[in-house]
Amino acid sequence: MKLLRMKPGHGEIVLAEGDVAVPEQERELIEAFRRELDAGMWAAVPKEAAGGRREAELVKSFAEVPRDAERVIFFPRAAGGAPEASL
Amino acid sequence: MALALGTGAVVLVVLVWELMRPTLASALARGREIWSLRRRASAASGYDPGREHRAEQRARALLRSCIEDEDWAMYRDLGFLRVWGGLGEREPGARSAYAYLIYPHKPIVAFVPETGELLNEYCVAFPDHSKPFGSARLPHSDDVLAKWMALTADERRLIGEANMHLPGRQIEPDRVRRDLVRLARWERQRADRSKIGRQHGNVRAA
Repeated sequence: MKLLRMKPGHGEIVLAEGDVAVPEQERELIEAFRRELDAGMWAAVPKEAAGGRREAELVKSFAEVPRDAERVIFFPRAAGGAPEASL
Repeated sequence: MALALGTGAVVLVVLVWELMRPTLASALARGREIWSLRRRASAASGYDPGREHRAEQRARALLRSCIEDEDWAMYRDLGFLRVWGGLGEREPGARSAYAYLIYPHKPIVAFVPETGELLNEYCVAFPDHSKPFGSARLPHSDDVLAKWMALTADERRLIGEANMHLPGRQIEPDRVRRDLVRLARWERQRADRSKIGRQHGNVRAA
């Protein structure tokens, strides 16, 4: 499993990577997961739904992440946008 | 006389120099400090088109790996994504009565696909307040992916976080209508290409 974080001026960065079946690696993943949540990030797991449709699932704790998930993507939490100039 | 005048001039120059030296030295030091601060600030937050381009390329690759092929083609060709709304009653298997257009760093626009009527603009952003390179804005495709993930995962929550406005607040309604026409044309062309591809496949198979 890979924990990725979107970053301005960079694109995504890999925060942690490991096998959830290995306790030590799972601990590292959990720690990195908590750090991001504490920093106010949202976490999403991209997945394939019924019928092959792609969607994402927002997770609030590592326990909610499916064990077979390949990636968890962290991104800044949503905020009501400020007005900008028209297109 | 000349000797006296020369000596007087030298003494005057030395006196003026001695009086000015501390002021000049401190002005020079202040100038150096300002210059160094400006250099550091520009290194930390300066716009680097190469870096922004690489960030966007990474973001596009991530977006592509998360969404369906057809959605990726839509974004690549048209510059926006359509996401079907998931709330409200509908027949099993039927498409939603409303959908959203996701633009990079612009509001999400809700519309009725059947009629093309624009419903609302949802202004939402994902600012990274740590500003790692001096900006809180994600690359364009990361912004689109963040909206897509939040919408497909928890539409109600994202819409609840957004500021809702009538159409036209930030995006010109004519622009959106033109994009809907482009989308319809793009879908027709893809359907035609796929039909032709199937026919050729059948001919070869026969």
